[in-house]
Amino acid sequence: MGRIVLDKVTKRFGSVEVIPPLDLTIEDGEFTVFVGPSGCGKSTLLRLIAGLEDLSSGHIEIDGADVSTVPPAKRGLAMVFQSYALYPHMSVRKNIAFPLRMAKLDQAEIDRRVSNAAQVLNLNDYLDRRPGQLSGGQRQRVAIGRAIVREPSAFLFDEPLSNLDAALRVGMRLEISELHKRLKTTMIYVTHDQVEAMTMADKIVVLRAGNIEQVGSPLELYNRPRNRFVAGFIGSPKMNFLEGAEAAKHGAHAIGFRPEHLGISLTEGEWKGTVGVAEHLGSDTFLHVHPESGGETITVRVDGEFSARHGDIVYLTPVAEKIHRFAADGLRIQ
Amino acid sequence: MATQHSRSAARLMMAPAVILLLGWMLIPLVMTLWFSFRRFLPNRPDIVPGWVGFDNYVRFVTSSAFWPSVQTTLIIVGGALLITIVLGVLLALLLDQPMWGQGVVRILVIAPFFVMPTVSALVWKNIFMDPVNGLFAHLWRAFGAEPVVWLSDAPIFSIILIVSWQWLPFATLILLTAIQSLDSEQLEASEMDGAPPLSRFFYIILPHLSRAITIVILIQTIFLLSVFAEIFVTTGGAFGTRTLTYLIFQRVLESQNVGLGSAGGVYAIILANIVAVFLMRIVGKNLDA
Repeated sequence: MGRIVLDKVTKRFGSVEVIPPLDLTIEDGEFTVFVGPSGCGKSTLLRLIAGLEDLSSGHIEIDGADVSTVPPAKRGLAMVFQSYALYPHMSVRKNIAFPLRMAKLDQAEIDRRVSNAAQVLNLNDYLDRRPGQLSGGQRQRVAIGRAIVREPSAFLFDEPLSNLDAALRVGMRLEISELHKRLKTTMIYVTHDQVEAMTMADKIVVLRAGNIEQVGSPLELYNRPRNRFVAGFIGSPKMNFLEGAEAAKHGAHAIGFRPEHLGISLTEGEWKGTVGVAEHLGSDTFLHVHPESGGETITVRVDGEFSARHGDIVYLTPVAEKIHRFAADGLRIQ
Repeated sequence: MATQHSRSAARLMMAPAVILLLGWMLIPLVMTLWFSFRRFLPNRPDIVPGWVGFDNYVRFVTSSAFWPSVQTTLIIVGGALLITIVLGVLLALLLDQPMWGQGVVRILVIAPFFVMPTVSALVWKNIFMDPVNGLFAHLWRAFGAEPVVWLSDAPIFSIILIVSWQWLPFATLILLTAIQSLDSEQLEASEMDGAPPLSRFFYIILPHLSRAITIVILIQTIFLLSVFAEIFVTTGGAFGTRTLTYLIFQRVLESQNVGLGSAGGVYAIILANIVAVFLMRIVGKNLDA
């Protein structure tokens, strides 16, 4: 079980309010991702749930029990830190066994759980090494191992992949997703990387300056962003925005359209522009088009085979039903 | 070859410093060795100077004062190490906490290190430990107790106290920097893992400090072996506070037996080197891990 309810949770550091009153429910077994730009309070929120920071006001409930003032160890949560926070003077085995030793389990049970975790995480060959002798990915796995042996009601991940290189990150992303499918335990995952959020989450919580901007499944957020911030944050490359006359045609303060929802033609279309930089990824090419009417560059996602060079004239047409309209206050217009 | 040129030029320019340092070290060492094999009592014109072989070495070790002085030395070094490290760790933990006036408090804690050994010993002797006017005497009397005559009733302990007071800042400073280098996420992780404060200290903080502690032990041992001023101005070597260093001093300056004292000096060099080799090994092992 691991249903977590935040009720009007706030956090102040001195006179600075980093989390204004916030309500959120995380269902049992859900993979929830907190995503937002750096400094948006997502890590603070995670630490509040963990109990590493004290609430300024409000309540946190885990499985119906108010844990607002319960110390971290008694909340039944396990956390994986950004720096992994392994104990450098202990072997991998002792690292993983540490929470069990602290819980005063008997040795046979400790051994059983540690070897289980090592099995699950492919750590059998490294059990007697020190963390210093492991690679980044292996350390990450040890940190996860230390978390799973406790059989917690929920896992908390604080940007666990940000210290890994790109290739390893993709691999660990899969492993964590797989782990979640297997354990079916609630997981809360903090990241600033929207790709991680989109690929792993059942539910994404987009945060900005401590406020929840939107909560929803990855596709909900992608298809129906509640406001301009979410629209710009979710999706890669970023959504294009136009204001002024073009937006007024659609009866909005601003319109947004994703790079993949633009038609491109060499002969005719709604907007005329010059190709600036072309980024070739092989499967796709991102063209940065300077519109003739001036204003910001428009990013277009085209097929990798599309040949356009710097300085070429192209015509762009947005897919009508994929245009997002936003009011002056940034909210989506339905 | 530019590099070879600059290398020899560098050697040439370093030479004066190296020669000076070598001379500084080697001349006294060689002179000590020289005297240790000679009969040399400058104040006794009736005793003719001359070679005596290992006589001085044998006499120094067989003298009744030798083993007690080694024992005293070890007790003082061990006691001071114990006090400075235990209190040093505790003080470092305390100073690591955020508090008002942290900067000032840290400077105050470090202050004793800047006081000369002679001065600090005099301060302790006259202001704290004086059985009539000392602060401790007043304190004892305030509770209706008989004042302790520190320097004759508990002479070794008094000296350990004085020496510890001087070296505590050093230990605290090194241990404090070590504590500050501890990753706070490790502490948080152990907190989430259910470790109560005491376990966090023993399982996380103390192992993290082990290297700093060995370094403190190493450096302090080398300096504590040669503690002298504190004994000279307090007990003058009486009441069983005669350390090896002090014994050598007495042989050379009080008995005016330069040869015998020099032999003692050579023993002290050997002892210090044994300790140094031991500690180097421990530190080396720690640095590998």
